[in-house]
Amino acid sequence: MTQSHRLPQGGRIDRTRPLDFTFNGSRYQGYGGDTLASALLANGVHFVARSWKYHRPRGIVAAGVEEPNALVQLETGGRTIPNARATEIELYSGLEATSVNVEPNLERDRLRILQRLGRFIPAGFYYKTFMWPRRLWPQYEELIRQTAGLGRAPGLPDPDRYDKTYAHCDVLVVGAGPAGLAAAHSAARTSARVMLLDDLREPGGSLLSTHATIDGANAESWVSKIVAQLRACPDVTILGRTTVFGYHDHNLLTACERLTDHLPLDKRRGIRERQWKIRAKRVILATGAHERPIVFGNNDLPGIMLASAVSTYIRRYGVRPGSRAVVFTNNDSAYRAALDLKASAADVLVIDCRPARESTLQQQAREHGIEILHESVVLEADGKLRVQAVKVAHAHDASRSNRARTIDCDLVCVSGGWNPALHLFAQSGGTAQWKAESACFVPGASKQPERSIGAANGEPSLVAALRAGALAGAQAAEMTGYSVQHVPLWQTDASIDAPLVPLWITGERGRASRSAKQFVDFQNDVIAADIRLAAREGYASVEHMKRYTTLGLGTDQGKLGNINGMAILAEALGQAIPETGTTTFRPNYTPVSFGAYAGRELGDFFDPVRTTCIHAWHLERGAAFEDVGSWKRPHYYPRTGEDLHAAVSRECQTVRNAVGIFDASTLGKIDVQGRDAVALLDRVYTSSWTNLPIGKCRYGLMLDENGMVFDDGVTARLGAHHYLMSTTTGGAARVLSWMERWLQTEWPELKVYLTSVSEHFATFALAGPFARRVLQKVCDDIDLSPAAFPFMGVREATVAGVAARVMRISFSGELGYEVNVPANFGRAVWDALVAAGDEYGITPYGTEAMHVLRAEKGYIIVGQDTDGSVTPLDLGMQGFIARDKDFLGKRSLSRSDTAAHDRKQLVGLLADDASCVLREGSQIVNDATGRGATLPLGHVTSSYMSPTLGRSIALALVKRGRERTGEDVFVVLRGGATMRAKICSPVFYDPEGTRQRVE
Amino acid sequence: MLLITCPWCGPRAESEFTCGGEADIARPLHPETLTDEAWGEYLFMRRNTRGLHREQWHHSFGCRRWFVVERDTVTYEVRAVDGPTPAAGSAR
Repeated sequence: MTQSHRLPQGGRIDRTRPLDFTFNGSRYQGYGGDTLASALLANGVHFVARSWKYHRPRGIVAAGVEEPNALVQLETGGRTIPNARATEIELYSGLEATSVNVEPNLERDRLRILQRLGRFIPAGFYYKTFMWPRRLWPQYEELIRQTAGLGRAPGLPDPDRYDKTYAHCDVLVVGAGPAGLAAAHSAARTSARVMLLDDLREPGGSLLSTHATIDGANAESWVSKIVAQLRACPDVTILGRTTVFGYHDHNLLTACERLTDHLPLDKRRGIRERQWKIRAKRVILATGAHERPIVFGNNDLPGIMLASAVSTYIRRYGVRPGSRAVVFTNNDSAYRAALDLKASAADVLVIDCRPARESTLQQQAREHGIEILHESVVLEADGKLRVQAVKVAHAHDASRSNRARTIDCDLVCVSGGWNPALHLFAQSGGTAQWKAESACFVPGASKQPERSIGAANGEPSLVAALRAGALAGAQAAEMTGYSVQHVPLWQTDASIDAPLVPLWITGERGRASRSAKQFVDFQNDVIAADIRLAAREGYASVEHMKRYTTLGLGTDQGKLGNINGMAILAEALGQAIPETGTTTFRPNYTPVSFGAYAGRELGDFFDPVRTTCIHAWHLERGAAFEDVGSWKRPHYYPRTGEDLHAAVSRECQTVRNAVGIFDASTLGKIDVQGRDAVALLDRVYTSSWTNLPIGKCRYGLMLDENGMVFDDGVTARLGAHHYLMSTTTGGAARVLSWMERWLQTEWPELKVYLTSVSEHFATFALAGPFARRVLQKVCDDIDLSPAAFPFMGVREATVAGVAARVMRISFSGELGYEVNVPANFGRAVWDALVAAGDEYGITPYGTEAMHVLRAEKGYIIVGQDTDGSVTPLDLGMQGFIARDKDFLGKRSLSRSDTAAHDRKQLVGLLADDASCVLREGSQIVNDATGRGATLPLGHVTSSYMSPTLGRSIALALVKRGRERTGEDVFVVLRGGATMRAKICSPVFYDPEGTRQRVE
Repeated sequence: MLLITCPWCGPRAESEFTCGGEADIARPLHPETLTDEAWGEYLFMRRNTRGLHREQWHHSFGCRRWFVVERDTVTYEVRAVDGPTPAAGSAR
């Protein structure tokens, strides 16, 4: 197909660089500098999409970011982008795109039948219709999801790379149109650090498609001159293809820079998108304005476009979208489109709802022989896949459509005025104000150090934009400490504009009916009748109406339709527009890819994996791993043919009967030193530390100020003012932060130094009756005899030739030692211990066996047997609470609630069926039947098959549990059945502790 | 995202900090002498200020120091930044 709609000359395109591309399977050609939209229009392709709900044919409406219809699925596979706006996709060789929401194809879309059913599916239809029967909702939902919807999310991993970066500047200018360029220029003259960001490929904004002149020269040459001067300034950064999408607190703006999307797929190298986080001292918003359509019947037909978009296609891309054009307007700006069309030899008729007034543009139109119908409006468009005619009536006679006159055309250019792009201003916290003379919302008072200028501030004229820009740039630089010598002044052609007359909608104001639909939000298929329905049904607040009708909830967030929708709501409610108000503008201004947010924080960079120095050995031994926080810990070490149960059973029995070795290196370790170290321990732990001699360890419970257990561990006294504290694996950072906070904010007088040494030391637990014999083989410089090295002792020793701290502690209930060595020597020491244990049948054991062994002994795991609502008294650990000192959380233990008698207490549970391992988390009740109001008594916190006892055991939190020892309760199983269980002591094995204290 | 001036490190993005809630709540020196109500006051009761609010912040991904920020909860304006809360000193 030839480029039938391409003008013989003109446009900022490179005609020497033809580019082939594919749309919906057909091959076309465009030129370098085209967008997908301009290239399609050049080929006469207007009809590019089916609408979201009614599946109506839709065409390209706009030329930029506000495009609601021309959404395409760009490329396929891992690189596919759903709902890309054809008006923003820069054309490249080999581009492939398809329409979204069509099946099997655009022309024969199966659901086009919905167009005719429109009056049966108004706003709120789903809520009212798909309510009964409720159980069918899943089927309804699937059906609705297939019917409505846009592009498809990629199903493959994204092959591209993304990046994030921070920047700081004095003056950040958003938008490189006339106002933005003027502002950046005058700020840069003061040598302020300036950043100028624009979403287009080249700076210039509206100047790229205007016939205006600046200082007598054409606007494009002014742009080149200003940009060249800016580029010569070392402290000016200009970023093109960069959309500022968020304005956050304290002048932080976020932007997405697209680096490779304009290149053919095989030429793309490096980073695809970079997210900028820019902290600016002053911000100048020169974001321009979006033209808004006027609502009339069938105003969504392909071939009906914004007037300014038609100018842009003609002037920037050398494409004439139609040859018989009707321009429908309520303001002067659309006359530029009429003049551009006339200059490219199209037939043009202007329908202006206003009476003739003095106006430079209207005068020019008349001079060029353009016919103008004043005080007239378009009531309705007609056509199937493309507009063919419009019905035009006298503005004051518009309710009687039978007196309308039909005018044939293939292009309708609409302008209902301009909406300043307030999005970033509103995100900055500012409130919009209604400006009656241009019938639009403009920025009100600033809430952050920013200023809106030019069209974004409701100043439509070029000369005003340039002046405001120059002034704002200079002022912003001055406010950030630079001195202004001179503010540039530029002249443009003088012109007289006739004022705009507000016009939102023409024709019928009736209910949803057989008459032509009047579209307000193209992307979400919201029609004027939907808004009136919402108003009738009581959704009078604009925020409610928006949610009921889905107005503005599309990927374009209502850039085109919102203000019209509010005006129609205001009319239906008999209010003024400012009374009705606007909806909230939220980030992001345009959709942002997940990649731009993720940057390089993917996989292991997002969630780092922590491993101990023995990890390679665990892997060699075929350990199954368990994630604990970000640590990988061996869960169990299966031998050939063993499942979890068999492996854990063997590991437990080996520990009970011989010896096992456990990699406990993940435990948190905090080195506590200083004159007041003992005072700190006394304040953060429930037990007393003053009488702990050097060379001994003590178990400690840490509470929060509410008296609830939040960590535990063993702390060893190494010297007069030197302790080594251990914490739970997951609690290491929390405990350090907790103590640091108290030291800094409440106890600054304490002389204590805390150092995290979790990763500096490897810790191995050697447990079992042969533990001493194994250790003896590799450690001969200390006396390991029970008398010389009793339970809870700590010694400096040499283990396998490495300086070590050895503690005689036990979490298994067996004779046990914990060997701490510098992590770099960890593997050598581990290997030596394993070799030494060989003759005693040593086995490595994992976290599951560790859990079983400690549960047999009734030792708690903080975070499993506690949940932040459990006190030491609940756990039966009052023995660890010192009476004669204060500690964090102590006072809370005597509050009426924490001291109450009916609290849940930690107990053991033995199920009637010894082979039944109760599910952790199961509820406990008094009544086997489950009938009536059965209050839960508590829940199972830990539950295992105990190889030592040869039956299942469980720990549970049960109301008044301790005083109910010996009684039966019922545990609710899956599916509602119950299992009888007897409450018992939580210590199932060796309650006297003779095994670990073995002398 | 707020810009907070750490008294030790200078202006940094909010993402480097953790907020620790209302400042100037000194831990009672003799909790055991307090009624449940008075202890509950210290534990739970907070002002929920609209307007200028003194609150504790921690430069958790920086120098790890705690300090006090005076922030307007309506405008998010940060008025002043003090060193560590003097609450402990004043209470003793």
